[in-house]
Amino acid sequence: MAIANGTIFGINGPVVKVKGSDAFEMQEMVYVGDEELIGEVIGVTENETIVQVYEETTGLKKGEPVRGTGGPLAITLAPGILSNIFDGIERPLKDIRALSGAYVTRGLKVSNLDESREWDVEIKAAQGDYAHGGDIIATVQETSLIEHRVMVPPDISGRIEWVAESGKYKITDVIAKVSVGDEIKDITIAQKWAIKKARPYTERQPISRPLVTGQRVIDAFFPLAKGGAAAIPGGFGTGKTMTQHQLAKWCDADIIVYIGCGERGNEMTQVLQEFSELIDPKSQRPLLDRTVLIANTSNMPVAAREASIYTGVTLAEYYRDMGYDVALMADSTSRWAEALREISGRLEEMPAEEGFPAYLASRLSQFYERAGYVTNLNGTEGSVSIIGAVSPQGGDFSEPVTQNTKRFIRCFWALDKPLAYARHYPAIHWLTSYSEYLDELTKWYSENVAPDFMQKRERLMAILQEESSLMEIVKLIGADVLPDGQKATLEAARVIRVGFLQQNAFHADDTYVPLEKQNKMMDVILLFDKRIRECAEKGVVLSKVAESGIADDIIRVKYTIGNENIDAPFEALKDKINETFDRIIG
Amino acid sequence: MAIEYMGLNNIQGPLVVLEGVDDAFYEEMVTVTLDSGEKRIGRVTEIAGDKAVIQVFEGTSDLSLTNTKTKFNGEPMRLPLSKEMLGRTLDGVGRPIDGLGEYFADEIRDVNGLPINPVSREYPNNFIQTGISSIDCLMTLIRGQKLPIFSGDGMPHDELAVQIARQAKVADADDVDGDKFAIVFAAMGVKHDVANYFKRSFEESGVLGKVVMFLNLSNDPVVERIITPRCALTAAEYLAFTHNMHVLVILTDMTSYAEALREVSSSKGEIPSRKGFPGYLYSDLASLYERAGIIKDSQGSVTQVPILTMPNDDITHPIPDLTGYITEGQITLGRDLHLKGVYPPVAILPSLSRLMKDGIGEGFTREDHQDLANQLFASYSKVEDAKSLASVIGEDELSDMDKKYIAFGKAFDDKFLRQGKDENRSIEETLNLGWELLKMLPKSELDRVDDKILAKYYKGE
Repeated sequence: MAIANGTIFGINGPVVKVKGSDAFEMQEMVYVGDEELIGEVIGVTENETIVQVYEETTGLKKGEPVRGTGGPLAITLAPGILSNIFDGIERPLKDIRALSGAYVTRGLKVSNLDESREWDVEIKAAQGDYAHGGDIIATVQETSLIEHRVMVPPDISGRIEWVAESGKYKITDVIAKVSVGDEIKDITIAQKWAIKKARPYTERQPISRPLVTGQRVIDAFFPLAKGGAAAIPGGFGTGKTMTQHQLAKWCDADIIVYIGCGERGNEMTQVLQEFSELIDPKSQRPLLDRTVLIANTSNMPVAAREASIYTGVTLAEYYRDMGYDVALMADSTSRWAEALREISGRLEEMPAEEGFPAYLASRLSQFYERAGYVTNLNGTEGSVSIIGAVSPQGGDFSEPVTQNTKRFIRCFWALDKPLAYARHYPAIHWLTSYSEYLDELTKWYSENVAPDFMQKRERLMAILQEESSLMEIVKLIGADVLPDGQKATLEAARVIRVGFLQQNAFHADDTYVPLEKQNKMMDVILLFDKRIRECAEKGVVLSKVAESGIADDIIRVKYTIGNENIDAPFEALKDKINETFDRIIG
Repeated sequence: MAIEYMGLNNIQGPLVVLEGVDDAFYEEMVTVTLDSGEKRIGRVTEIAGDKAVIQVFEGTSDLSLTNTKTKFNGEPMRLPLSKEMLGRTLDGVGRPIDGLGEYFADEIRDVNGLPINPVSREYPNNFIQTGISSIDCLMTLIRGQKLPIFSGDGMPHDELAVQIARQAKVADADDVDGDKFAIVFAAMGVKHDVANYFKRSFEESGVLGKVVMFLNLSNDPVVERIITPRCALTAAEYLAFTHNMHVLVILTDMTSYAEALREVSSSKGEIPSRKGFPGYLYSDLASLYERAGIIKDSQGSVTQVPILTMPNDDITHPIPDLTGYITEGQITLGRDLHLKGVYPPVAILPSLSRLMKDGIGEGFTREDHQDLANQLFASYSKVEDAKSLASVIGEDELSDMDKKYIAFGKAFDDKFLRQGKDENRSIEETLNLGWELLKMLPKSELDRVDDKILAKYYKGE
């Protein structure tokens, strides 16, 4: 096959026009200029080829060469991915630092993964076996937490003619030879995969298990399923990044892929630092051992921002194929959409809404559809859950990225500015958020937490709904004139908001709350609700309830009762609530 | 010997087009010489075949298609750097305008800078005491942070920036004589009076010898304005990371900067996105703001306090909106507080410091800082609720609790927010003042404070 060669003809920001060859393929990876900057073909016409460059184009000259590679932009998949931090096209930032110091310079040649490191490889296949695409032929202990399963690339199947012995190998070493037709193919530990192509699986499974996060408003009110997709929209300062960090720390996925897409450099540094210090309570190992970070900060080249999302989801699918539950956090998908807009603008394409290209919706759907709970080619089950932050312009949810995202996700955690201003965190608003996974997950919650978990959730939601309509009146005439029954609702709603929905991410116990405790917290709140209503019905003055301070005892439960051995203290609290109300009612 | 091109092919606003150009590179600097001998500088912003589009910094007036010679300089926009810059005043593209002549350059750098590798960053957690209660307690400034002031026309953002610059210096314990402290001040499209105000204030507080000023005033060329913050940040990075200084960068006014960007974009015929601003406004602002920080292997830091005036006090306008998504919080000034005569008029609810949580508490400020701040925010938001209710039913009809909140709100504005323009409160004083105010509220209302902290610091009933 002929490799295309051309020369630079025009430059506008990250968009470069190339003349001199008609052999470039769409989405082919190319080297641009004397410094061999990495680029991708995004348009081919009779006269010219259009390339977006993943690095700064300052200093590029007309007439410099552009060289094709004959294949699309692909990343390397092998051990060494976890606890690493990459840029948008899987170049390791630590190696870049070793080469170019504190700043990221251009045209750097680094390999995606460490090719000199020797791994302890345990071979699982035998000579003469028939290997299908996706079959696991070897394992490597990648980090203390995760066993890396080396798979046959999805597009290769055949008889294994030769396998290496277990031992120490580099990721470029051949560990098996497979006959495909008349051809013998070498299988190395590492495989390449084009980032814009979803990795294949056998079939999709129905959604059935929640992604447990330890965050009450999410687990109890708006749960996300393993294999599902969620969006967190919110203006600046409402806590998108904070919520993403909390999920990355505490959710019960096996692998976390965290993409910092067009966000702050200090935030990536923080994740890196914090995750290497934080210890996973279950395994006693640093959280970084199950995490891979992709950083394209807001001042890094805009074209690589577009790629970072695909790189992340490809890594996630690769670990899913091994049989793991993977959670992918993308912060923020709006920056990715803006990267599309910027490139589109430079190409002088006809804009649709607010300057975004008309293909915004189809790109978003392609991304979110890569989430799913599947049976892999090798028969294992795995999932990719996607949690995308959205940064709507002016905090206005009617803008195109939020609206288009809503069509492709089923779980919507709307962050609310007034809540954030009042420092009610997480500022996920209970009336504007929703989860379509509730029905599918009801069975799991009934079997694994409490049979009436969903009923209790509905009751709490109903109280909050009622509060919201009462607040309309309170805003006009004050709470004092309401009848006692409605005052009781307001008090119960306050306890739910402050005691249950508000969660302190900086408190040692409250940062992660197991489902069992969430369930018991709901129980005591509902008991309080029942008893205060009883007071109202019997005509007892409600200020007596306030004076007793029992509401504050319930609100403080998140701090006063830890996460373990919770049965006795909760029983004691229930007794106290009953005693207090018995005394008040008399 | 570089070729000089005679004449031009097209002039449009601040842009000129030159055809038949062979070896220009993207963002190369050019010199345009007029027949009169006047020299202007420009920058290549687009190459299409043999056509080069050039931004002329000093503007295109007096240029014709025939009266110019254009020379390509073979390098991107660069700034000579030296420690001698301290105390100097330069124009918007870094040429001395204080009549003291050129300074000797130790190093010459590309003003566009390079993205800092996140792996090389040090996560900032060093508290800066500004002596202003509202900022220190509720939106703490951290060394290496970018914390803009969102203001509006006619509000005292300049005074506040000067006060921060003056008082932040004093707080550094291991730098008694202020040797390691420097200020880089970049004015973009501000009025002469404003630039003079800053200069005079720096002079009065005796720090002028520590300041590098880059001035692009409101009647200076618009295109230069796009380079000004880049020059300033290049100087700041040089002082911080080569000379290990703690540099405070004041950029004012970012709104003028963004408008200059829009002007140039529209004369290039680019497709506009929101309110006519170019689609790359976010990336462009980020390429400035992200140049704050601390890097490993260096003792210095770059802290940014950009000032922007929100058009029509609208926080959802693209400029404050995109800025808020990039910077690590914001200090928002409130018109109503300003009208009530409260200085500094910091509207605390829409203000925030994202780096605060890791730079306060035991070992940094005091153990109760976070809880106290949370409680003040929460209580103040209830004040707002009570006020809006009072505006409907009148203050007399409010419940006792709401009345307490109204009283708390008044005291908060008067005692906590309000302070003199040279009043420098220590963090201890500020925190104690906060607890003093919380005394006005009953204990049961303080739901954001840990029990132990509450027992130790709460002095009320």
